[in-house]
Amino acid sequence: MNLFDIMGPVMVGPSSSHTAGAVRIGRVSLRILGERVKSAKIHFHGSFALTGVGHGTDKAVVAGLMDMETYDIRIPRSFDLARERGMEFTIDTVDLKDAHPNTVLMELKGESKSIKVQASSLGGGRISIDEIDDIKTGFTAEYPTLVVHNLDKAGHAAQVTKMLAEKNINIASLRSYRDKRGGFAIMVVETDEPIPVEAICELEKKEGIIKVTYINVV
Amino acid sequence: MAYKSVKELLERSRETGKEVWQLIMEEDANDRNVDTSDSFEKMRSMWRAMKASSDSYDPSLKSSSGLSGGDSQKIREYREKCVSGEFMGEVIAEAIGMAESNACMRCIVAAPTAGSCGVIPAVLIPYVRKHNTDEDKIIKGLFVSAGFGQIIAERAFIAGALGGCQAEIGSASAMAAAMLVYLQGGSPRQSASALAFALKSLLGLVCDPVAGLVEVPCVKRNVIGAVNAITSADMALAGIETMIPADEVIDAMREVGISMPSSLRETAEGGLAATPTGIEIAEKMPRLK
Repeated sequence: MNLFDIMGPVMVGPSSSHTAGAVRIGRVSLRILGERVKSAKIHFHGSFALTGVGHGTDKAVVAGLMDMETYDIRIPRSFDLARERGMEFTIDTVDLKDAHPNTVLMELKGESKSIKVQASSLGGGRISIDEIDDIKTGFTAEYPTLVVHNLDKAGHAAQVTKMLAEKNINIASLRSYRDKRGGFAIMVVETDEPIPVEAICELEKKEGIIKVTYINVV
Repeated sequence: MAYKSVKELLERSRETGKEVWQLIMEEDANDRNVDTSDSFEKMRSMWRAMKASSDSYDPSLKSSSGLSGGDSQKIREYREKCVSGEFMGEVIAEAIGMAESNACMRCIVAAPTAGSCGVIPAVLIPYVRKHNTDEDKIIKGLFVSAGFGQIIAERAFIAGALGGCQAEIGSASAMAAAMLVYLQGGSPRQSASALAFALKSLLGLVCDPVAGLVEVPCVKRNVIGAVNAITSADMALAGIETMIPADEVIDAMREVGISMPSSLRETAEGGLAATPTGIEIAEKMPRLK
């Protein structure tokens, strides 16, 4: 474990999993949406549903959706700040099958985009983005991460890896998931180096690539 | 990579003639690929965040559950009458205050966890106030503390969900004890003994939070973590040596944690959480619908 995971992090309490992790989930989900959140439907599962109020999990997720860091002292006031900014949100509970006890499902809408994210808090502030738009993903956002929505056809993985090789970026991990054969697929690529914006724009123009999202909140 | 054992760390210190804090700092700098001065300054920012957190304690705050808040103030006012002496009064007040701030969603330094965030500052802040310790010396003490903590995390665990409260308050207490020995001019070997004493005395402590919240009994367990660290450091500084070496004590903590039933590892299904009053409190908690 990193030395400053032992002495640190500096965070708003009370819980690294139920508060700091929840802020991070909100923040990463905001990046996945890729624009300011206009409305959010937040559904808590398991321990998040049971102890969410006491741990401020609800306030933490909303704070993260407004891009606050885990040490932002405004987290306890996030509901009021969201209202001031015109961000609508509803919070309720849900019972999800086979989900980690600390899970939240979010339906997020921005000006032009909308997305569904299911994420869980694994402890110590670490998180997992479990599903995006009902397709399994399972990444931690601890590395620069590229999420590519594409048609499930041959050659798309090669397009992505070729682009990264050209930019001299090393791949830490690469996984792909799909809803059904020949349907929609999601490719998750974690890299050691940050990816330049122009490379992402280039990739977006390729045939069969529907959407490219880049997350770098390290 | 972090040191795998206390033994290895102490041997390295002997061989190289470098102090423990320096070895830990160098290891962190190497690990994160930064300069040692960056590492040192990052630790300084942790100390300053701790201090800021302590300075901004607000006795009027209540946690959203209503279970925590205001108790540190009571000790602050009572301090001069403390049976255990005024210094210990300050330690108790600091431990409760930091843990209350955490419960009330204030900014704290997880050390090693949010639930145990009061232990190290409760030992350090009154000590520094009394001895007027130089800031760089404090930072070095925090490196010692974090380095020993890293070994505990490496060999065992520091999360209540994995190893019970012994893994959180126990680890924090052991880290604080090793740090205090260093600040008092003790040897690395004495730091290791202090760590062993502190962890041994909290071995088996379960994690049984009422209503699943980091409040009851967590806030007050920060007090025992801090007090235990001080008495452990004193024993080591007096020349008492641990019979069971520090590494073996850490391994025992791991064994005990693994054999704990899940009801006593942060699930709020056993211990104090399962008492009639604990259950009654849980039932009254505000809940999402």
